[in-house]
Amino acid sequence: METAQEVVRLKETARNTRKLILEALAEAGSGHPGGSLSAVELLVTLYFRVMRHDPKNPKWPDRDRFFLSKGHAAPLLYSVLAQAGYFPAEELMTLRKIGSRLQGHPSMGVPGVEAPAGSEGIGLSLAVGTSLAAKLDGKAYRTYVLMGDGEQQEGQVWEAAMSASKFRLDNLTAIIDRNGIQQDGLTEQVMPLEPLAAKWRAFNWNVIEVDGYDLAQLIDGFDLAIGTRNRPTVIIAHTVKGKGISFMEWSPHYHGTPPAKDKLRDVLSELG
Amino acid sequence: MLSKVAAMRDAYGDALLELGAENKDVVVIGADTTGSLKSGVFASKFPERFFNVGIAEQNLVSIAAGMALAGKIPYAGTYAIFVPGKSVDQIRNNIAYPNLNVKIVCSHGGISVGPDGASHQQVEDIAIMRAIPKMNVIVPADAVSTKAIAKAIAAIPGPFYVRLTRSSTPVIYDGGFRYEHGKANVLKEGGDVGIVACGIMVSEALKAAEALRTKGVAASVLDLHTIKPIDSDAIVKLARSCGRVVTVEEHNVMGGMGSAVAEVLGERYPVPIRRVGVMDTFGESGEAADLLRKYGLTAANVEQAALGLRGQ
Repeated sequence: METAQEVVRLKETARNTRKLILEALAEAGSGHPGGSLSAVELLVTLYFRVMRHDPKNPKWPDRDRFFLSKGHAAPLLYSVLAQAGYFPAEELMTLRKIGSRLQGHPSMGVPGVEAPAGSEGIGLSLAVGTSLAAKLDGKAYRTYVLMGDGEQQEGQVWEAAMSASKFRLDNLTAIIDRNGIQQDGLTEQVMPLEPLAAKWRAFNWNVIEVDGYDLAQLIDGFDLAIGTRNRPTVIIAHTVKGKGISFMEWSPHYHGTPPAKDKLRDVLSELG
Repeated sequence: MLSKVAAMRDAYGDALLELGAENKDVVVIGADTTGSLKSGVFASKFPERFFNVGIAEQNLVSIAAGMALAGKIPYAGTYAIFVPGKSVDQIRNNIAYPNLNVKIVCSHGGISVGPDGASHQQVEDIAIMRAIPKMNVIVPADAVSTKAIAKAIAAIPGPFYVRLTRSSTPVIYDGGFRYEHGKANVLKEGGDVGIVACGIMVSEALKAAEALRTKGVAASVLDLHTIKPIDSDAIVKLARSCGRVVTVEEHNVMGGMGSAVAEVLGERYPVPIRRVGVMDTFGESGEAADLLRKYGLTAANVEQAALGLRGQ
């Protein structure tokens, strides 16, 4: 498919993903819109353009693996998985409700979810584990992991970063949703991360910086990572917390506050 | 019995070598203590399946989880003070919650670690690990059972924690040991007092039983190597036949094996109990034998507790 055509298709999927996220969160009455909305294009590009996976066969041994390390973006992951066909989209309305498979943070038992998440800073190590196993088994599948930027404050991220370069895991791509905001405020005020790209370079990673909403840049970035040999790649995607909803953008408050159910129609109208 | 000594760590290394040859999915992950833990011997035979992640215990645990997700059977471990000590969240959320097939085998449990002091003496690990759902917890009594257990758990899906001891310990199962998951071993039968022990305290329990015999007190000794899932029936049977129970472990008396036994008996067959263990305190530097004496973890302490229960 031509890239221009593909971008149009991905943009439409991204718009629908935002709608599903907001509907599910409004129905749930709790959850994390900000960091779900910021990373929509990252996951849409992965699941609908980059990754080899089969929603009809979620355990296909040769599938590419995706780990959501920033587990609070569960509504994003569920919305993308539902659109890909892993489970019916209606199930999104059971998010966070008792008896639902769709736990507040991802858990096993949901088709397409590879591992539980929720405790920050541990997803990259899981990805190191599957990447090592792939090499050991001579398999070509790749592992992707999406981290938050606030999560970079966790020490284990850097333990995992060291090990990924030691083991030359060129089958591993990490993505950082660099939206600049964490629960208590700006990352650069709570615990500064900059120079973030230089940190990853110093850990011997291939570092690619992209605009997280420029789909052509994202596609190029993932392709560059696939072509890189002998070292892992991190894509630092510059994003906006709450992207797409004017009053949620750049707001720490909407890190963990869902849209009100009775305002949902107005909120969704912003998506056009 | 008890005249020979052997190191659990050597037995663990032997088990890994056999497992490596028998099952290509077995991988070993260490954290800069692989020489000490004897897991490093695996590297000499199967270098491609051995991974040293350096001094990074949280990464160690989570990488093991990732490898299990990809179908491997990881044996991961270091000193008990660091795993579980430094990595409880990773054990809970990465391994136990998704019920992954990771075998955590750690050495240097308890105060018998010795001169390194309290910072290296893990006396809380049984309590920590048995509170985590789905986790299996095993404390072998000697080198023979260590090897049998390390091998047997490869064939039992799910997360395991196995706690080993630094120093060489008396061999109890010279005649062999067959591991049956969740089943305790009766080592001695007597009707006056039941002694439940795990780890290196099993040999002390046997010595105490011998000393009690000379005083006309017949003791049963149960090796409760598997603390979770706990063999409730064996514990109730012991209490029923003896009427009083002493537990002994190289662990804080709060939350450990003795607590687990007390929970079972409290609900199913209440009898008087005395718990011998580390009395909610930290250890210190010293030789292992001196520390075990100072902190009340010897056959004499078990004997005293048993006599006390009998009002003697």
